[in-house]
Amino acid sequence: MSEKTNSVRHDYLRHDKKFPHVWCPGCGNGIVLGSLIRAIDKLGLGKDELVLASGIGCSGRMPVYVDFNTLHTTHGRALTFATGIKLAKPALTVITVMGDGDATAIGGNHFIHAARRNIDLTAIIINNQIYGMTGGQYSPTTPYGSFASTAAWGNIEHAFPIAELAVTAGASFVARGTVYHAAMLDGLLARGIAKKGFSVIEVMSNCHTQYGRRNQMNDPVTMMRHFKEKAVSVDRAAKMSAEEMNDRFTIGVLADVDKPNYMEEYQKIRERAQQH
Amino acid sequence: MSEKNGQRRLLQGNEAIVEGALAAGCRFFAGYPITPASEIAEMMSLRLPALNGTFIQMEDEIAGMGAIIGASLAGVKSLTATSGPGFSLMQENLGFACAAEVPCVVVNVMRVGPSTGLSTSPAQGDVMQARWGTHGDHPVIVLAVSTVVDCFATTVQAFNLAEKYRVPVIVLSDEIVAHTRETVVLPDPADIMVIDRIHPGVPPEWYIPYEDNSRGVPAMAAMGSGYRHHVTGLIHDVRGFPTERPEEVDAFIRRLFRKITNGFAEIQITRSVMMEDAEIAVIAYGAVSRSALRAVRLARSRGIRAGLLQLITLFPFPRKAVEGVLRQCRRVLVPEMNMGQMIREVKRVNLATEIVRHNRVDGQFITPAEIYDHLLSM
Ligand SMILES: Cc1ncc(C[n+]2csc(CCOP(=O)(O)OP(=O)(O)O)c2C)c(N)n1
Ligand code: SF4
Repeated sequence: MSEKTNSVRHDYLRHDKKFPHVWCPGCGNGIVLGSLIRAIDKLGLGKDELVLASGIGCSGRMPVYVDFNTLHTTHGRALTFATGIKLAKPALTVITVMGDGDATAIGGNHFIHAARRNIDLTAIIINNQIYGMTGGQYSPTTPYGSFASTAAWGNIEHAFPIAELAVTAGASFVARGTVYHAAMLDGLLARGIAKKGFSVIEVMSNCHTQYGRRNQMNDPVTMMRHFKEKAVSVDRAAKMSAEEMNDRFTIGVLADVDKPNYMEEYQKIRERAQQH
Repeated sequence: MSEKNGQRRLLQGNEAIVEGALAAGCRFFAGYPITPASEIAEMMSLRLPALNGTFIQMEDEIAGMGAIIGASLAGVKSLTATSGPGFSLMQENLGFACAAEVPCVVVNVMRVGPSTGLSTSPAQGDVMQARWGTHGDHPVIVLAVSTVVDCFATTVQAFNLAEKYRVPVIVLSDEIVAHTRETVVLPDPADIMVIDRIHPGVPPEWYIPYEDNSRGVPAMAAMGSGYRHHVTGLIHDVRGFPTERPEEVDAFIRRLFRKITNGFAEIQITRSVMMEDAEIAVIAYGAVSRSALRAVRLARSRGIRAGLLQLITLFPFPRKAVEGVLRQCRRVLVPEMNMGQMIREVKRVNLATEIVRHNRVDGQFITPAEIYDHLLSM
């Protein structure tokens, strides 16, 4: 890691918070945090105007480490708190970070409705395909047939494709990246944060401790290699058959559309009401 | 309230709650429709835009509660309103507001439960839920409204207490109060006392977000005001960071309680009517206290020395006022539209006084005649 990158990170980390962090060595959450900091630095956003809100889970611990306005909410509800913050103070840039269980199981309803409303928020979903914090129970993104602490005989449920779900629900900007493609992730996060409207960046990430261990991918490196092999760029995927895409997933930008966001629309309502 | 400056209006209880909230400076509402509370959301959606406020209809009550906490953290006074089923859904985030000390007001217009119950009939079944609905030890302020005028004044008080003590305040109304229309005189805005949370008086680098002080209520900085800090539902140290150190955990929980205990004199609001020489008393709250007042007047007209103690604050339980009544009176009647929830608190005061229950759970209002008859028989 170059010296420059390190110093950028240190500019944004909290110094009054006693490290070490709570994550397992090699956990993908750290890579996402680094990427997020680089994206914010690139956009030149001030710490005071930034809010980072999370739900509950390993991913949910991220805000405590960064020197922004930070909020650690309840399991699955980060987007509801973020909605209140953004509407009350539209000048703030509000980013949420959630786990796959957090965002699409207990928080699934909030997720699709935030996308539908097109509120100007950025939702980073760290998809490690498992409930990390509570000990490896299967989540709505655990692949069919894989193993979890509550799927000792193999998972018989089918996984949500989170990014595609966000596109259907109406998000303005949707992208998928992985912790292996870190440089690409910096760019996707920066675009998502800069976008007016609801942005979703799904990040395929390694939980070798709870997912990998039960699915023949015991360590971070094996999981990284897995992401490298299974990720297909959106452009390349367009030329591939469904069969070829079978156990692969797309990375890149899945949607980038311009449509009125909630706050712009609400401002018009205010003006109408005030003229009345 | 000066009649000459005031504004004479015909309002239903739900509308008066909206007027009270707006007068107290509420500029954010998030909620989900439910009978008999929906008019509050409807009125807010109509009124807030012109005041530069924000209304949003969320996907459920969990989200409504989350959104008002978010708005309050961003510095805007916020309200949600619901009824039993929605109030149940709000409990987890309500606990977050207790733990992170986020001022906000939650109105629960009670209807008959459990479950979907009777959606258009009044009840007082959610009293203990309001006190203990969210998990864990936590202090909370619960107020009850009995008339349309009350709806206005008590909602203003609810916001003031929420801001002053950094707690969620729950206002319990019921279907009768919500839908009764009465002529009320709304005070001139200049005559209304409005309290706002205290912002830090120190520069950001000195700000310790959860630092104890004599009141036990830390100063609160809004997000985006330059005082960056961490807010969490985990037990936290004075800097807001998660802690498991026993001495820090203990200090945190005890401060949450102490800040309310310190304010008892101001928070515990009751109203005594004809209590000076009373030998027999009714202790009531919400719409039932209205029937009780009538019954007491009737009893007085027949020469019975009856009095009323109306509880406006249900929690923290106004023990001092109740104790006074129990010392003074031979017998006390506690009428409630539930199987007996506040009567347990009254009995816990534990004096020799005879405390008599009067319960109604058929979705019908307790009438003045019922209370009067019961008083006569005591
Ligand atoms: C209402 C509620 N139910 C359950 C839990 C327990 N819980 C904590 S984290 C978690 C799942 C975390 O998984 P995920 O959201 O995928 O995040 P990760 O830990 O993998 O980052 C659960 C079920 C909780 N905190 N709150
Ligand atoms: S359990 Fe998994 S998600 Fe949680 S810190 Fe460890 S590797 Fe990361």
